[in-house]
Amino acid sequence: MAGSTPASLTADTPAAAVVAPRKNRPTSPWQEAWRRFRRHRLAAASGIVLLLLIAVVALGPFIWPVPINEIDFAAKLQGPSWAHPLGTDDLGQDLLARLIYGGRISLAVGLAAMVVAVVVGVLVGALAGMSAGWVDAALMWVTDLFLALPLLPLLLLLMYLFRDHFKRLFGVEGGAFILIVVVIGGLRWMQVARLVRAQFLSLREKEFVEAARALGASKVRLVVGHILPNALGPVIVAGTIDVAAAIIAESTLSFLGLGFPSDIPTWGSVLRDAKDYLDIAPHWALFPGAAIFLAVITINFMGDGLRDALDPRRVL
Amino acid sequence: MIPSLLGISLVLFTVLAMAPGDPFEELATNPAVPPEVRAALRAKFGLDDPVWTRYLHWLVAMIHGDWGFSFVSRMDVDKLILQRLPVTLIVIGSSQIIAMLVALPVGVLAATRPYSLFDQVANTLAFVGFSLPTFFTGLLFILVFSIQLDWLPFVYRANIDATGWQFYWEHIKQSIMPVMVLGLFQGASLVRFVRSSVLDVIKLDYVTTARSKGIGERKVITKHVVRNALIPVVTLVALQLPIVFGGAIVTEQIFRVPGIGSLLISSMLSNDTPVVMAVTFVIACLVVFFNLLADIIYGWLDPRISYR
Repeated sequence: MAGSTPASLTADTPAAAVVAPRKNRPTSPWQEAWRRFRRHRLAAASGIVLLLLIAVVALGPFIWPVPINEIDFAAKLQGPSWAHPLGTDDLGQDLLARLIYGGRISLAVGLAAMVVAVVVGVLVGALAGMSAGWVDAALMWVTDLFLALPLLPLLLLLMYLFRDHFKRLFGVEGGAFILIVVVIGGLRWMQVARLVRAQFLSLREKEFVEAARALGASKVRLVVGHILPNALGPVIVAGTIDVAAAIIAESTLSFLGLGFPSDIPTWGSVLRDAKDYLDIAPHWALFPGAAIFLAVITINFMGDGLRDALDPRRVL
Repeated sequence: MIPSLLGISLVLFTVLAMAPGDPFEELATNPAVPPEVRAALRAKFGLDDPVWTRYLHWLVAMIHGDWGFSFVSRMDVDKLILQRLPVTLIVIGSSQIIAMLVALPVGVLAATRPYSLFDQVANTLAFVGFSLPTFFTGLLFILVFSIQLDWLPFVYRANIDATGWQFYWEHIKQSIMPVMVLGLFQGASLVRFVRSSVLDVIKLDYVTTARSKGIGERKVITKHVVRNALIPVVTLVALQLPIVFGGAIVTEQIFRVPGIGSLLISSMLSNDTPVVMAVTFVIACLVVFFNLLADIIYGWLDPRISYR
């Protein structure tokens, strides 16, 4: 399993590619992975949908410059129309603008929390994998302990206890963002840590690592230059799925009223406001829910596609 | 089990100790409470003691079931939790049964025909199932079954004034949606585990032997393959439990089920810290307990594993 991941980042030296241009034969493992990823039709389609979603969320405010908090009671709880493509909420605020704004927050939280989780996970996993003995045992004990923690109650508890403090430190929106990212990322690194450790344990005994060691490579160089690039495959897959999990976690927190403050529209908090009007304005709940679902399922499918693409044992 | 419980209690206490703010903050801002009373209270509750003493005190109190007093409900926290716990356990238990009832047949069927149309459809549906967050599925269920079709009530009522069969029927009717939401989500994630676990077993030599002895395919699958394939699934069910408790909190909140999950949220929104801490601790203990149970069952199911 380990060590059979694509060889290295630097395998595609341009000279070699020019000298031997074999037809229909991708030269680098990353090109090979890209070819296999495209073959996974659902994953490729998901990638396109996700890119569209990101484009809408990123460019939306320029194309649809309606303020998110313009109150218009004359137009409250309206269904989709030309003036309001996704309808309005109970204060007559435009839902499309609010969902675009919420999408920026949700996707940013997802990505940032993933980065936190992957960085912590790689650090812990690499440290445990390189240092056998009691350091390894202690780190793995902590990892298992964190895996046994009930995630959502702890997330809620941390939000509950630290929310006001962070609000004072970094402002309303920034405080909530930093706290949510750190908390979600800080409770989701365990899977990455275990994967990285497992990869390190087998990779560090491989011949190419021994060769590098024999040539006098330092421990840091060994890890950063030789072992880590080969352990990246599973980490990329786990990181992709972590983005989806973080988006769900953030939406859940906002839905339960313990995420972003209620005046900042995120997908979860719009859904929370909408749930009391399900009978008269179902569109209000359906659109944010569909947005969360779309983001999460496309990311999950991409993770599945990447798993196939980055697993060289698989013949496609 | 004891080390992990201690570890979890340490994590919880660290979170509590690191938290900014003072449990007596309200007293401090209240002009009717003189500062010396506040100091006396702080000394009485040991807030000025070193951290280790405080941790030990807190731990002893937690183990004794002395969890403090709920300021909002005006009753002891342990009584409050004991009142709410059975509902949560019933919801989680029945949703796990639903999850297994969905995941087992689908996963086994998908594994016996790998890469067939059924397998692909099941796989895609499983992805849809665990990509739909529980709070959205819950709202969709309410929209369809309560508002459009008017079949099921969407608010859980604890006091139903009916007797006999009517009483049970009402209870079942109002539990269907919360249980289904949790069960389907859980089932969707289990389908893939069951499938891969069955796929691992189905290629083993003893299965071929069983077939070559002339045992029918149906019997080979049910008696020989599934029994062994289920062993790892037990562990996976236990590993999923922290997520299940999270899902239970959300569904209880949506359907207003009076369990510990909705208790947790409502006490957070009303700043009832003793209840918040106790509920988190109880959920953590339950997760550890069920993990231990799964380990024991695992050892019993698979005699090759021993814990000595």
